[in-house]
Amino acid sequence: MLNVSRTLVRTLALATALFSGVAAAAELGYPEKEELTFGFIKLTDMAPIAIAYEKGYFEDEGLYVTIEAQANWKVLLDGVIDGRLDGAHMLAGQPIAANIGYGTSAEIITPFSMDLNGNGITVSNDVWAKMKVNIPKQANGKPVHPIKADALKPVIEQFQDEGKPFKMGMVFPVSTHNYELRYWLAAGGIHPGYYAPHKGDTSGQLDAQALLSVTPPPQMPATLEAGTIYGYCVGEPWNQQAVFKNIGVPVVTDYEIWKNNPEKVFGITKAFAKKYPNTTIRLTRALIRAAMWLDENNNANRPEAVKILAQSNYVGADYDVIANSMTGTFEYEKGDKREVPDFNVFFRYNATYPYYSDAVWYLTQMRRWGQISEDKDDSWFEQVAKSVYRPDIYQAAAESLIKEKLATPEMFPDFDSEDGYRDPQTHFIDGIVYDGHQPNAYLQKFAIGLKAGQVL
Amino acid sequence: MATFSQLRPFAKIRQIDWQRRIKAMLLPLIGITVFLLLWAAGATQIKTSLGTFPGPVQVAQQSVNLINEHHAEREKETAFYQRQQQRNAERVKVDPSYVAKTRAYTGKETFLDQIGTSLITVMSGFALAALIAIPLGITIGLSKSLHQALNPIIQVFKPVSPLAWLPLITMVVSALYVSPDPILAKSFVNSLLTVTLCCLWPMVINTAVGVSSINSDWVNVSKVLRLSPLKHVQKIVLPASIPAIFTGMRLSLGVAWMVLIAAEMLAQNPGLGKFVWDEFQNGSSSSLSRIMTAVIVIGLIGYLLDRSMLQLQRLSSWDKSSAQV
Repeated sequence: MLNVSRTLVRTLALATALFSGVAAAAELGYPEKEELTFGFIKLTDMAPIAIAYEKGYFEDEGLYVTIEAQANWKVLLDGVIDGRLDGAHMLAGQPIAANIGYGTSAEIITPFSMDLNGNGITVSNDVWAKMKVNIPKQANGKPVHPIKADALKPVIEQFQDEGKPFKMGMVFPVSTHNYELRYWLAAGGIHPGYYAPHKGDTSGQLDAQALLSVTPPPQMPATLEAGTIYGYCVGEPWNQQAVFKNIGVPVVTDYEIWKNNPEKVFGITKAFAKKYPNTTIRLTRALIRAAMWLDENNNANRPEAVKILAQSNYVGADYDVIANSMTGTFEYEKGDKREVPDFNVFFRYNATYPYYSDAVWYLTQMRRWGQISEDKDDSWFEQVAKSVYRPDIYQAAAESLIKEKLATPEMFPDFDSEDGYRDPQTHFIDGIVYDGHQPNAYLQKFAIGLKAGQVL
Repeated sequence: MATFSQLRPFAKIRQIDWQRRIKAMLLPLIGITVFLLLWAAGATQIKTSLGTFPGPVQVAQQSVNLINEHHAEREKETAFYQRQQQRNAERVKVDPSYVAKTRAYTGKETFLDQIGTSLITVMSGFALAALIAIPLGITIGLSKSLHQALNPIIQVFKPVSPLAWLPLITMVVSALYVSPDPILAKSFVNSLLTVTLCCLWPMVINTAVGVSSINSDWVNVSKVLRLSPLKHVQKIVLPASIPAIFTGMRLSLGVAWMVLIAAEMLAQNPGLGKFVWDEFQNGSSSSLSRIMTAVIVIGLIGYLLDRSMLQLQRLSSWDKSSAQV
């Protein structure tokens, strides 16, 4: 009897939930395309996609989504462009570069920023041993953080004296990781090299003291182990994996390079958004709900999220490796585990809102390292940012969630007054202040990097 | 007495037969056991950064895991269809004009699914290749001048690894195979064409050789009887060259299976190759034993494919000497 009534209650609850979903659907409009395929790279920051699937948020929107791991960022981007994939977890730089025609040219937009932070820079055990002598110690004998590239500089000089090139890996020419690694190196006085696409040089190694090359994220530890590179910048769990495998030491997180930096985005083609407006808003709604779930109650759901990510069809690494960074800590040198509660941020601090200023920052770095070979005025930066980042879609999704009481207005930026630019940001490792309204003035502040008027 | 001495040789033969059978059973068993022991002992000696190398025990455990995962996934699939039905019903209630549609399950492919995908791919690629290669081989075998004309092309393309073709195939398929709702997935077409390309050459060459080396007496018989060209092929050429054709097919299928797995790994097309690559990228503590399980399954399937081709050859050919192991 008890069982029967419980089942009845459950069925009723389910039916009401379904019905409310359907009723709301009528208001928002049914999705034009229901069967979707999304691509991702095996990294913990793909979590919002996995959660939206596993928690049924996609299905709540009437979307039937297949999620496919991709071999590398290039394959993923091509998949979205040629329509094999409807959308994907992307490096923030990818849609931007595609729009300005650097690398592959295509119109890709982003209605949803996937996370803040989540990357680290790891060096091989040998390089760490050499770096460690240059790093001041705390009272307990552990190194003082954040570790700056100043400590790496003598090591690189020693390599150069011996005639050995100092090689490091990053995941893609327009990746967050490329810019973060370059930022960190340059802040320590190490030149990471320029790109000169107008001369056909896309290696990014002109004038370089550290030679950076592309390696797909999951292959980083294996490449480091093979001795092909001496260090790398990558997302999780591939820094913690190096610790577990005892092959390298993460020296710095991107949180320490730039506190709460925007990282991945969800990318779709402009044509897709135009052809399927309801589907676009609905998938954004599902992703927002997933991000909310990930950060809910002070990361209370993270252990469950880690369990999901550890499945072989998502990230697939061991639970412990993924949990190390996903649950608010980060292990540097083996045994040196420190609290970094904001190592992975999925929703707090408006992490999911696509700020124009985030896009502008990526553009400044593309200019700084020569990927954009000529001067552009400030209005160009703004214009490009506005054609790629689409807070309007985000806003429509968020407002409909608020209307259905699935979210509250305080969770989001104040849409009436929001201009899409974050306040000038001060949390960089070199203390330089970034104001998205003045990209050219920002570029003038760097000691290493191209400035106004400079062409290689 | 006479009868007894007559029986004796038979008794002896029977005895020898038994001995041979026991040998045939026992020796492979000993071989496998020694291999397993060596593997188990060797595996513990290899320490990788993902843990020790998997031995037979881990592989056995992983096989059970993989089958369990498959069943768990099927349960999820059932739940998925139930939810969908309910959703469709609800929507029809609100929106009577809506024609309910059932969408395919969106969950992950299990190991068993991947085996199925690989098998279907290799068989379809192989069948397509046979459709092209056997008629082509017969024509080349019949005509000396055609043989001379085509031989250089065949000789140049034959040694090319189909994996070298893969990027070209991928690009060409992407460019030509454009359809908003394709019946066959692009990745499937890519794998299939790669398999076809590598199956083609051994079959063409073997068929041509078989056809051109038909006993000249038979050819003369055909001439005397004034068989039409079609009848000539049907009655003389085909039966005579079947052993050679089958040898080519067997060679092709073996190569095709090897190439398919590599192509799947390289292009991330669904199948066992993708399974192996995904596990390698996962880098979890169970990855190596899952890969090892896949390796053994790939080997077993390759063996079974070869055996079934051999069986087919035996059934369709009277020349038993060419149909031996």
